[in-house]
Amino acid sequence: MASMRDIQRRKVSVQSTGQITKAMKLISTVKLQKARERAEHSKPYFQGMYDTVSAVLSRSGNINHRFLKTGESKKKAVILISSNRGLAGGYNSNIVKLITENPEFAPENTVIYAVGRKAKEGLIRRGYEIRQDYSEAADEPMYSDAMGISKDVLKAFESGEIGEIYLAYTVFKNTVSQVPDLKKILPVSMEDSKGEKSEEDTKTLMNYEPGEEEVLDIIIPKYVTSLIYGALVEAAASENGARMTAMDSATSNAEEMISELSLMYNRARQGSITQELTEIIAGAEAIS
Amino acid sequence: MADEKMFVLEIISPERVFYTGEAHFVELTTSEGEIGVYKNHIPMTNILMPGVIRIHQQDGIKTAAVMSGFVVILKDRIKIMAEVAEWPHEIDKSRAEEAKKRAERRLKEGGPGVDMARAEAALKRSLVRLSIK
Repeated sequence: MASMRDIQRRKVSVQSTGQITKAMKLISTVKLQKARERAEHSKPYFQGMYDTVSAVLSRSGNINHRFLKTGESKKKAVILISSNRGLAGGYNSNIVKLITENPEFAPENTVIYAVGRKAKEGLIRRGYEIRQDYSEAADEPMYSDAMGISKDVLKAFESGEIGEIYLAYTVFKNTVSQVPDLKKILPVSMEDSKGEKSEEDTKTLMNYEPGEEEVLDIIIPKYVTSLIYGALVEAAASENGARMTAMDSATSNAEEMISELSLMYNRARQGSITQELTEIIAGAEAIS
Repeated sequence: MADEKMFVLEIISPERVFYTGEAHFVELTTSEGEIGVYKNHIPMTNILMPGVIRIHQQDGIKTAAVMSGFVVILKDRIKIMAEVAEWPHEIDKSRAEEAKKRAERRLKEGGPGVDMARAEAALKRSLVRLSIK
């Protein structure tokens, strides 16, 4: 049986770990609230963007635009959003698995645009090519960060270097559930946009100034940017949600361990007192 | 009644819903030039350039700086999707002035390391900001 001092030492160490995890949980709760608010605020813009793009595309169904067809290159680009810090449960490993376990994204024909240090490191170990790193954008995503990313990927797409662009990020369902998801963002797929055609869109005959092609030229990059921005803010919310849940269970584990250790400590203490008493009594009897 | 002339105007930026409300006239800067829109305009989608938006309401005119985006005009509602939108009181004058000087210097000096298009866009943005300050 472990000595009293050993048990005590362990208890103190578990206690301080528990304090840290508890503090981390509180911090991520606050951060989660902020991130959720931002995600909410960005929704109207994204929705408006989506409506406009699908309205343009459903009207001009057979338009032959460069953003609407797959490039010749076999290479696929993935914008992968993870976090800069660990201790968030399966948050980072799930998003890495999404890519590594998908046979379509073999290391030879995939280039990664990484947001967040953790997934980037994981993918480098598995032999993926990291084209760009935007890790500073993972903690507090700004719209200008999304603009930078979309500019880079669109440039690579237009130069024919990559044929398709995907977005891998964690969808925020609710505080306890976050689901990793992979979305194709370019070429813009027509099936998706055709599904939701509201009556208003089909009835009104929209005019485009200066012209449909030019409007698409401008709108699609903005649409891509809004998708990326939406993913960034949602991933930030997911990250904090995942960390909150992870730290919550870590805290309750620590509490459980502390109560077990306290029990052990008290038993050991009682044992040692009993032993001491027996020794004293035995000694007194020997003298008398 | 003035109400019949009013339409719904929405200005949405990525960070927030910038403005929603009624107006009877709105002035915009598009890629084809400056336009003014009343109610019952033909449906149109336009590209916005950096410029000032003037919202004419019953109780006066509101101005805002919009950097880039596009506008969807329908009969009784106008939706502006702006990547950056700012009210006059949100604009940092000294910062805009600095940006203007920086852009002007870049344009004057030129040289291989300078992205002229970018400097020009920066100059335009700072001028728009300063014009409504």
